[in-house]
Amino acid sequence: MNDQATVYPFFVKDCALIAIATGMRAQNLRELTERLREVEANCIFYHFWGGLLRPRFDNPEYHNDFAVWVAESLHNKALAEKLAAIDPSAFETVENLRNEVIETLEEELDEAEYPSWAKKDSLFDFLRCRLVIFDTKLTVSVPEDFVPLLPNLSLGSIFFHFIDGRRRNMNSLDDFRNWITSFGPSYENLDRRLGEICPYFTPLNKLREQLSQAFRLSFEGKPS
Amino acid sequence: MTDNGILDAYEAVAGKDVLDHLRQLARPLMGLRVVHVNSTRVGGGVAEILHKMVPLMQALGLDASWEVIEGDSVFYQCTKGFHNGIQGNRVDLPESYLKAYEETNRQSAETLADTLRHAEIVIIHDPQPAAMITHFPERKAQWVWRCHIDASRPFRPVWKYLREFIYQYDASIFSLAAFARRLPHPAYLIAPSIDPLHEKNIELERDEIEATYTQFQVDSNRPIILQVSRFDRFKDPLGVIQSYKTAKHFLPSLQLILAGGEASDDPEGKGVLNDVRLASGDDPDIKVLMLPGDAHRTINALQRIADIVLQKSLREGFGLTVAEAMWKKKPVIGGDTGGIRIQVINHHTGFLVNSPEGAALRIRYLLQNRDILNQMGEKARAFVHENFLITRHLREYLTLFFVLLYGDQERIEL
Repeated sequence: MNDQATVYPFFVKDCALIAIATGMRAQNLRELTERLREVEANCIFYHFWGGLLRPRFDNPEYHNDFAVWVAESLHNKALAEKLAAIDPSAFETVENLRNEVIETLEEELDEAEYPSWAKKDSLFDFLRCRLVIFDTKLTVSVPEDFVPLLPNLSLGSIFFHFIDGRRRNMNSLDDFRNWITSFGPSYENLDRRLGEICPYFTPLNKLREQLSQAFRLSFEGKPS
Repeated sequence: MTDNGILDAYEAVAGKDVLDHLRQLARPLMGLRVVHVNSTRVGGGVAEILHKMVPLMQALGLDASWEVIEGDSVFYQCTKGFHNGIQGNRVDLPESYLKAYEETNRQSAETLADTLRHAEIVIIHDPQPAAMITHFPERKAQWVWRCHIDASRPFRPVWKYLREFIYQYDASIFSLAAFARRLPHPAYLIAPSIDPLHEKNIELERDEIEATYTQFQVDSNRPIILQVSRFDRFKDPLGVIQSYKTAKHFLPSLQLILAGGEASDDPEGKGVLNDVRLASGDDPDIKVLMLPGDAHRTINALQRIADIVLQKSLREGFGLTVAEAMWKKKPVIGGDTGGIRIQVINHHTGFLVNSPEGAALRIRYLLQNRDILNQMGEKARAFVHENFLITRHLREYLTLFFVLLYGDQERIEL
């Protein structure tokens, strides 16, 4: 085991999100592309990840709001598939993600013979969000202690540590993996298991199950 | 009910994790003075929510209260005009109406001055009390306008008049992004919710449900489709009858119940009801029910005896009858409009349709595939449990309070 004196405990936090209408709307792809250049980064983050914390069905056909709108309001399934394939967890910054979405839309605009328009009651509404983060008073000293704790963590905690963490940490890792790396190579197995969990396609309650399982399997048979 | 009693009651329905989350979120807000203001204590969705929202906030330790303003008949005629105008109907509001509106707001501001001056957050519901803000030029509280109406395409003169008041607020809340207006302050989005402990939604005894068949002379052995809504053209009751007739051609045992409120003095409502009766003809399997406004248990029982619930609106605000039916494990066939779109997840919790033919097709499909109907019902209940209960609504209010108190920053770490 390494020198754990340098390792800080894991402070478990929870969060709640509220959405805000920006008043910016788009009725066709050109407007969508133009507005995408202007909106704050938080807006892009919300339309890719915010669905996890708001009314949304667990298994949507498309996993980000841009793809859903292009499919349902512009009826352009091919473009919707391309947009849905943009996995936000693969981008180190929201700006890179923004550029990828714009690039995909521009490619379509270059090739499209005529622009599709959404009906007036089906415009794309650009939203942003505010995140309130609060302390749960729970602290964890070693990864093993997460085994009994994780199944009972709130979905807000899962969102904050597993999704939002990637935006906060310089190495783009979620909070769990970021913390585990501070122990050195001792938890490589756990790190590998966590790295294989894809947050983009999975609702938070399933993510919690997958995280719990990763921790449980990594420490199976080991005394806690 | 005691503070803990009410929280325990909701914990039993919404889940321990949900209530634990609320308790933690509310802890830093202990003692926060929040005042809700609207214009009626009984009747209507706003009063219904506040009856539970305020005690829940109190139980979580907030110093929450609810004030009601009252006006004369001219005031209410004026605010009814505002309501229609915000929804896009052309209305004519004479100067005398606007004077009555402003005078009622002035008097109410005087009556409530002490309470509102001591509040830290004031939530004004809908346009009725919206003009009160002008009488508190040195206010220290955060004033929020909570709009429960679809304001996306208002009748311009009405909005032009009201926005002079609305612009003075620190924030607004709308139910859906599509309902929001562009305003000089943040427009937060909080979807409405249903109360699982309201008479409309509580579990009923088997006997009470069974009695409904006899009361309304419907056959418990044959399939039943139901729409609960006002007799209003936007709710498309005639389209529902057309769907029923098309489906009945293939499923002769089908029964339809159209349950609505008593005919008001609204001439349009009476006209629609007459058209519905004409379209129903002498078909004994169509029941057109006129129910009093407080027939909550009856509506609850009707939703439970139905196999499928329809909300075939052509235009809809949020349409909480959809969530109410889904809570009772019913798949909903809904019009592809407004808030129905975020409740009915096509092919999962029901179907979104754009025509009577589409609705008929889905009715036939579900009644021929009972296993799918039941699966959809289960999914519908789970979806409402996660997203449309009052506990989610409360969580978003608490989150909003932090943003109001700490400033509009991207992340607020407590």
